[in-house]
Amino acid sequence: MSKMALEGMRVADFTWAWAGPYCTKLLADLGAEVVKIETATRPDIGRMLPPFPDDQPGINRSGRYNKRNRGKLCVTIDLTQEQGVALARELIRRSDLVTENYSARVMRKFGLDYEAVREVKPDIVYLSLSAFGASGPHRDYVAYGPNQAALAGHTYITGYAGGPPVSQGTALADPTAGLNGAVAALAALLYRRRTGKGQHIDLSQTEMFAALAAEPILEYLMSGRIPTRRGNRDRIMAPHNFYRCRGHDRWVSIAVATDEEWRALCRAMGDPPWSSDERFADAFGRWRNQEELDGLIEGWTQGHTHHELMEMLQRAGVAAMPAFDGEELFHDPHVRERGFLAEVEHPEVGRQTMPGLSMVLSHTPGHIRSHAPLLGQHNDYVFGELLGIAQQDIAALVAQGVIR
Amino acid sequence: MADRALDGIKVVELAQLVAGPYCAKLLADLGADVLKVEPPCGDRARSLGPFPGDCPHHEQSGLFLYLNTNKRGITLNLQAHTGREILRELVRRADVLVEDGPPPAMAWLGLDYEALREINPGLVVTSITPFGQSGPYRDYKAYDITCQAAGGIAYVTGDPEQEPLIVPGNQADYQAALNAAVGTLAALLCRETSGQGQHVDISEQESIASVLGDVISFFSYQGRVRPRRVKPQDFADFRLLWPAGIYPCKDGYINITVLEPHQWRSFVDLIGNPPWATDPRYEDRYFPQEQGAADIDLEPLITEALGHFTREELSHEGQRRRIPVSPVYDASEVLRSPQLVERGFFVPARHPAAGTLTYPGAPYKLGQTPWRIERTAPLLGEHNEEVLVKELGLSRTDLVKMAQSGII
Repeated sequence: MSKMALEGMRVADFTWAWAGPYCTKLLADLGAEVVKIETATRPDIGRMLPPFPDDQPGINRSGRYNKRNRGKLCVTIDLTQEQGVALARELIRRSDLVTENYSARVMRKFGLDYEAVREVKPDIVYLSLSAFGASGPHRDYVAYGPNQAALAGHTYITGYAGGPPVSQGTALADPTAGLNGAVAALAALLYRRRTGKGQHIDLSQTEMFAALAAEPILEYLMSGRIPTRRGNRDRIMAPHNFYRCRGHDRWVSIAVATDEEWRALCRAMGDPPWSSDERFADAFGRWRNQEELDGLIEGWTQGHTHHELMEMLQRAGVAAMPAFDGEELFHDPHVRERGFLAEVEHPEVGRQTMPGLSMVLSHTPGHIRSHAPLLGQHNDYVFGELLGIAQQDIAALVAQGVIR
Repeated sequence: MADRALDGIKVVELAQLVAGPYCAKLLADLGADVLKVEPPCGDRARSLGPFPGDCPHHEQSGLFLYLNTNKRGITLNLQAHTGREILRELVRRADVLVEDGPPPAMAWLGLDYEALREINPGLVVTSITPFGQSGPYRDYKAYDITCQAAGGIAYVTGDPEQEPLIVPGNQADYQAALNAAVGTLAALLCRETSGQGQHVDISEQESIASVLGDVISFFSYQGRVRPRRVKPQDFADFRLLWPAGIYPCKDGYINITVLEPHQWRSFVDLIGNPPWATDPRYEDRYFPQEQGAADIDLEPLITEALGHFTREELSHEGQRRRIPVSPVYDASEVLRSPQLVERGFFVPARHPAAGTLTYPGAPYKLGQTPWRIERTAPLLGEHNEEVLVKELGLSRTDLVKMAQSGII
């Protein structure tokens, strides 16, 4: 039995920024050998993004890059040169999967689009994670994750009731595209295993994100109403919100769906007189009077810390969790006990903590194979050992600036 | 020859609402044979809506219809011994079980992984729960909002002066579903060589914590807590992720993300090269020698400049300059979006009880094995006879008796 689920799979990874690297990070953590192609003249933009230790930028020092690209190998090839493209083709010939997240025209320009690549490797699975897909009037438009939230209908419904739309605190579309890409690529690899056939996957980031905005879209289609911003309110549950707790900027989320949960919440609060008000007696009444209810509940939560409230309410059978900030997640005993947070030693930034695997496989658990690669760290291994190019030929390619 | 990627893979789904059903939908839409097992009262998503014309009906809930395309469905009462026996028989023949039960309840039903692998060692069991199969919060109660809170996304969303905000639409559930599908498919690929199944443990909290761009890294790298809104003048190294965000314009809102150096120069051109914006100190965005300029709050000036344009003008002129500018679309505009319409993203399908409805389509297009709605969501117990009589070999009399005794 293999020790990691995807051991033996090789990925030629042309992706950059976030969506694509997130996809290949998932595959690397599950055992695939991912070879990332960059150039010194145009490195992955993730290398430029904070956080940096001591606020000192550096090409190998970005916390974002180092998280998204852990466990991968990195080669530097200038794809604007013909010999560079030839090297990339040699790598693809020895790979199972090609990944890229440019707009449709970029890989074609390099002669590395699916049609060109299948000449070299007929059963390749080729995953394109472009912003808008390979066809359509906007196929060459540019977009990052936050743009996708706007286009797919998420941004419009995110925000406080009566206020302007609000950005998602993290650009959810990027990693979500990566996850969808991994689903499609693994399904295509299973298909290839049974049929011998490769294929091209055309993933549009807008589309995969619109698939997760089905609820507002269906609500409009079925009722004719355009859903808008309503803060943290639910369509049915009440109370359903964040409540201020003791301490600076500390909040607890509480959600109540059933009468049983409501009674448990009242008991935990010490059955204050207002809780037996008949306006709060059933789910509909609580929903209709939720604004007042929220104020009353907050009057109670403000006297406690969010941790106390979590323990007290969970013991009573009420769904309640603090809004954890980065420091609290870092120390959270639950994720620590589950081994979710991983510490990775890196030659330029030292020992750093990052989220580990978002899936636990019992027999082939997967792990972070290594720290994120330094720029060009694996040129010798990939060109020499994997592609079998002689040392003096590699030196010549370096001298010509093909490898750089 | 197979013409869908997961043809021949048999999945049993024992899950309700969003997370488990969306995971199984991803597999079903890729061609797996998914059998949804509902309690006799039905998946709770059937009562959530939205409903056509706002008339609640358990066969017409939009959420249920969307999340259960391409599946067959049976009803089964697992509180009854016979119900559990039938489920074990289904699992014996399956490749995958997707379930979302609380861990102690699954063990009590005799349906925990250890028990199931005895029946079928090749089975992949995918469990989706708020906090996973282990750890001190394992048995904590949760809904989507509390998962988003515990996962850290709520703390960084919204206004620093107000309460944290959720990202609406059950996004913790969808994130968990996607992770579950990745884990399930990796386990299936692994099984091709090992012959062994395994248990895939998905936590909604971890699914959210995994997609946070910089929240945990910021604490690890710098010991700092990422606040709800990052101003470039507070976090010096954020000046290169700016301007970025949502700005009002004449007829609504746009999202703009200026990240690459050429985009900043084009952005300044887009807003008509105002004198304050052409300060060369803003140009070297990545490794600036001089930091002074970044301390000035340009946000009000940028907001003012963008307010003179319509969404269409900014989007068109921005894209022409290769700046990522996009209109903020409401649900009706998403449906009319020229790019989605041209690519055929929305797909109409006719359901026997709910009529014809437009569905959001496939998140990806596979060249060899295209996506399609082969069947709409199952009616409650629609395939009881097909599965229990034709496939498991029970008699029609048994079926009637089981219906009468509340087993199905």
